[in-house]
Amino acid sequence: MNKIIEVEHLVKRFHQIVAVNDISFEVEEGEIFGFLGPNGAGKTTTINILCTLMKPTSGRVILAGFDVVRQQNQVRRSIGLVFQDPSLDIRLTALQNLNFHAFVYNIPRAVRRKRIEDVLRMVELWDRRKDAVRNYSGGMRRRLEIARGLLHYPKVLFLDEPTLGLDPQTRHHIWDYILDLRQRESITIFLTTHYMDEAAVADRIAIIDYGKIIALDTPDALKKRVGGDIVTLKTENDEAAIAEIRHHYSIDAQRDSEGLFFEVQNAEEFIPLLINNFNTEIHSISLRRPTLDDVFLKLTGHQIREEAGGDVAMRRQWAMRQARGQPGRFR
Amino acid sequence: MSNLRAMYIIWYRDLLNFWRNKGRLFASFIMPFLFLVIFGTGLSSSMFLLGQGAQGEGFNYIQFLFPGIVGMIVLFTAIMWGISIVWDREFGFLKEVLVAPISRTSVAIGKTLGGATIATIQGMVMLIFVPFVGVSLSLGQVLLLIGLMFIFACSVTAMGIFIASRIRTMETFQVVMQLLLFPMFFLSPALFPVQNLPSWLGALVRINPVSYGVDSFRQSILEPTVAMSDFRMSLFNHTMSIPEDILLVALFGIVMVFLAVRSFSTQE
Repeated sequence: MNKIIEVEHLVKRFHQIVAVNDISFEVEEGEIFGFLGPNGAGKTTTINILCTLMKPTSGRVILAGFDVVRQQNQVRRSIGLVFQDPSLDIRLTALQNLNFHAFVYNIPRAVRRKRIEDVLRMVELWDRRKDAVRNYSGGMRRRLEIARGLLHYPKVLFLDEPTLGLDPQTRHHIWDYILDLRQRESITIFLTTHYMDEAAVADRIAIIDYGKIIALDTPDALKKRVGGDIVTLKTENDEAAIAEIRHHYSIDAQRDSEGLFFEVQNAEEFIPLLINNFNTEIHSISLRRPTLDDVFLKLTGHQIREEAGGDVAMRRQWAMRQARGQPGRFR
Repeated sequence: MSNLRAMYIIWYRDLLNFWRNKGRLFASFIMPFLFLVIFGTGLSSSMFLLGQGAQGEGFNYIQFLFPGIVGMIVLFTAIMWGISIVWDREFGFLKEVLVAPISRTSVAIGKTLGGATIATIQGMVMLIFVPFVGVSLSLGQVLLLIGLMFIFACSVTAMGIFIASRIRTMETFQVVMQLLLFPMFFLSPALFPVQNLPSWLGALVRINPVSYGVDSFRQSILEPTVAMSDFRMSLFNHTMSIPEDILLVALFGIVMVFLAVRSFSTQE
């Protein structure tokens, strides 16, 4: 397999904040590579560097054989992008947006119409091609952006939070396109997300937190790191329950908003045993297989979706947005 | 070659957006109309003819004002075109442009040409007031005027784009532009001749590049019809000709294009 992206000791600093802290990884040609982490972890900064929108503080990135700092135009021709924030001209129609793109990427006139029709049919927007994008829903706009990202047959398609802010049905729909796409074209997809279930479609996942890669493996291998099944308990007295579990089974249970939880092998057999001689009153008990959420929690000690509560993460994210010069998305 | 293509498509998109928003074209008539018809008529009715010579010829205030209003429309449209950059940034489209395999130089120049074309079109539409004003223009004069307007518009658009590339929000852009636009307009010979100004005001008018643009418009529109030698701009006691005027405007424009290109190249 060829390496399509090689990242070596990449660092990006915004004044005091180290957004990307010495990361190295490689992406194989044709794979779906997931970048998973909470908001403000450095995902978008990394993508911005990979797609030449930002210069690294130090380190080296080779994409499709080209250096992202010194050979910007060759890199730009090799990639397609679907940004986290919308990037369409909403005053123009879908056709006009795609024509602009085709022109800028120098797609020969002879094939331009055909390719535009192909991608628009693929995302089922052909019938709406003459409508101004202003009148499109969020999901339609995102689909149009995916179509646009593919128009010039890029080697790597970057999807930065491609389903952010979309309803579950539309998210599902967009994922169908992406997976279908991968079947048909041998395109490499570089994906960032903070949705665990989305990351699970990737061939390999890099988990990033506070600017560092803390794990990089296949989803299955990552899940195996959790070690066992997850048992969640709701009890009358959490303190007493934790002490009791530690005393009897030498297991350290943890607490979160849901109640207590801990890992154990063969939970089906363990639960009856636990209930039979437990002194604290149990309200409910549940069992599930490990997910990437658990992997993340295990590796970082915090949950991926607690970004709103995490004061440090919030401030970090705010400072990075300021440094990148982006106005808030929701204004 | 690829730079030319890029400039073309950036320019084309600006025109497309302008054309899709035709209402703006007509709305932009209100201000010059008020200036010419109301302000101009009001003032000229209590003012003597300007440049009244021994033969009793000369021209009235509306005729004097008209080229200034053409200058105003071109100036306002051109400088405000920078807002399209701020708009693109706020709505994200700028990213699509910045990540495309085209040079930033061609983006900045394409944007400048787009804004300048639109400002020139707006200026040309102003020529429908010509019969009302009472001057006559030959085809040659019109072509000369279009050329002058385009060079002037390029310079001013480049300035607007340079400033816009450093600004993040529409509100800030509006405020900064108002602060710049009105001094540039009032400190020019658009509304009054420079000859009898107190020296401090005369000096301010002379360091304003807009003055020379307006002066070139005035000369090209009025000179053949009426003798207006007393009302031309002068610099260091030298009376400016049209080529000299537009050369100064172009020099200013080259500096502004350079600044805009440089500012665009470092955009992240």
